[in-house]
Amino acid sequence: MSDAAWERRMSGGEVLRGRVRVRRGDFALDVAIEARPGGIVAVVGPNGAGKSTLLGALAGLLAVDDARITSGDRVLTDTAGGVHVGAERRSAVLLGQDALVFPHLSVRENVAFAPRAAGVRRAQARRSADEWLAAVGLDGFADRRPGQLSGGQRQRVALARALAARPSVLLLDEPFAQLDVRTAAELRDLVREQVRGTGAAAVLVTHDVVDALTLADHVLVLHDGVVVEEGTPLDVLTDPVHAFTAALAGLNLMAGTVVDDGERVLVGDDGPRLPLAGVVTAAGGEPVPGARAQLTFPPAAVSVVGVADRGWDSVVVDVEPGPAAVRVRTTGDVLVDLAPADAATLDLRLGAPLRLAVASSAARLRALPDA
Amino acid sequence: MTSAPGTVRAVRTGPGDVGGLGAPRLLWAPAALAVGLLVLPVVALVVRADWSSLLSDITSPAALAALRLSLLTSLVATAICVVLGVPLAVLLARASGWVSEVLRALVTLPLVLPPTVGGIALLYLLGRRGLLGQSLDAWFGIRLPFTTAAVVIAGAFVAMPFLVLGLEGALRTAGTQYEVVAATLGASRWTVLWRITLPLVAPGLVSGTVLCFARALGEFGATALFAGNTPGVTQTMPLAIYSAFNGAGVTQGAAVALSLLLVAAAIVVLLVARAWRPGRVG
Repeated sequence: MSDAAWERRMSGGEVLRGRVRVRRGDFALDVAIEARPGGIVAVVGPNGAGKSTLLGALAGLLAVDDARITSGDRVLTDTAGGVHVGAERRSAVLLGQDALVFPHLSVRENVAFAPRAAGVRRAQARRSADEWLAAVGLDGFADRRPGQLSGGQRQRVALARALAARPSVLLLDEPFAQLDVRTAAELRDLVREQVRGTGAAAVLVTHDVVDALTLADHVLVLHDGVVVEEGTPLDVLTDPVHAFTAALAGLNLMAGTVVDDGERVLVGDDGPRLPLAGVVTAAGGEPVPGARAQLTFPPAAVSVVGVADRGWDSVVVDVEPGPAAVRVRTTGDVLVDLAPADAATLDLRLGAPLRLAVASSAARLRALPDA
Repeated sequence: MTSAPGTVRAVRTGPGDVGGLGAPRLLWAPAALAVGLLVLPVVALVVRADWSSLLSDITSPAALAALRLSLLTSLVATAICVVLGVPLAVLLARASGWVSEVLRALVTLPLVLPPTVGGIALLYLLGRRGLLGQSLDAWFGIRLPFTTAAVVIAGAFVAMPFLVLGLEGALRTAGTQYEVVAATLGASRWTVLWRITLPLVAPGLVSGTVLCFARALGEFGATALFAGNTPGVTQTMPLAIYSAFNGAGVTQGAAVALSLLLVAAAIVVLLVARAWRPGRVG
């Protein structure tokens, strides 16, 4: 490719669309995903949900059973049509947990790698590398060896190297996971800014709710290979459907049956009765008595009440530091955040009984399909 | 991780690090014997040398011819090993399944085979009535045995495993993650091989090549059977030493002198290889 052609080459501006089915023994992945230019789709889910498999398929590094992946009007994978564009011609760049900066090349040579591989002249590639290094805040680091950099700097080099390839698709696989909190925050800002600026379509695999909330404009929750819920980060995380999403959002989720015996309550599967008066009902309709439903509520909305008060009995399972002061895990994985004053006066030995109540105004009720 | 006062912190030890547990003292005796076994013979050689005639022995026309032939054939054999062995090592390192297992075992064979057996095998393959030699002779008039080319082939046969196995190990250790990144950055497989894979394993490639060269330099058995012992044509240093030691033409003193020369050459090769560490991986 001539230097001028490289300069003219569109970077980004293409919608990434993928429908991917992969079967590996007992595991099956079946996902549809769409990422708009300049936007970031976060894929969250527990280990083994298929997140990395999805990225591998999008990058063209994995054999897929049944898939159609397109970037703009370029077909990258189409099993029905027998199309499989190799990883090196997809314009889909990976940025992983490990920066994987080439250890035998200088910082500048790392960033110039993609233009050089595309046939751009050395001088031009070096100039472009220096510009990208400036863009990620690494002015003056061009001649360093990767071994001389901190973890955050290496990840910046990896980002600059990825962007210098002018990718249409940016595949981010927990790129902030190994960084300290401050460095991760800086890199998040940089990634958001650069994805918007370059118009790449980005897919971000993450475990971190902060990534999803601060970066993504769309969230997919993957569980056992299928998308269990999706939407804007705010919708998904304030009104989670799936237990994993609730945990990610830091919410308690209690599934049970709605009962109306004078007052409407949710009888949890572990036995507790939670009054439903004043509870917000999620879109999807009011569950009728006898129907399955789930209640989500923040740990801070749970309080410890007296034995004669309305509430449910549970025991202390675990005690750990929490946002208020102390976070207590109780029966049925219900988390309770306690302020110092409360925590100090309560008996919080493991196995100690606690009577709990939830502030109904902070809880959301959602009807569930019948089991 | 923070350690409470009074707890013992694990110390990472390395060369020159005085921390750590150290090895059991009982290991000292066998280790010292091992060093003795490896070093004392060379010491004896040095002691036995007749220093007054050393220079004339080493610079005798026969010795110089043998040295020149040894260096030349070893270099060519090493070049062949690199050109053919590097691709084989790359394929072996990236292959899986039983084919690669079988191939790896076959590559190891010359390493465990007595070189004399290798020499006989080469004769039966490339000799005038050999499996391939017959056709080579009939169609092209090429007769390999007892030529300088035979010395090269014998050297390549015994030395190739050192390069292939050493490099394959380095490739496996390096893994494929950098290659994957390079590919997603748009690099073709050739570009990945030249700019990522091989530079990353450069230290392994260098040490493999050096071992390969050293092995070719010391090759005796396969050469003796397949190439013979013709001064100036197939008589390499090891063969010259053997001939001298048996009193054919020269004295035993000459054998000692030639041996010292070979030892010196080997030490130089190893030192050069140690000093040159390309593309420090950090």
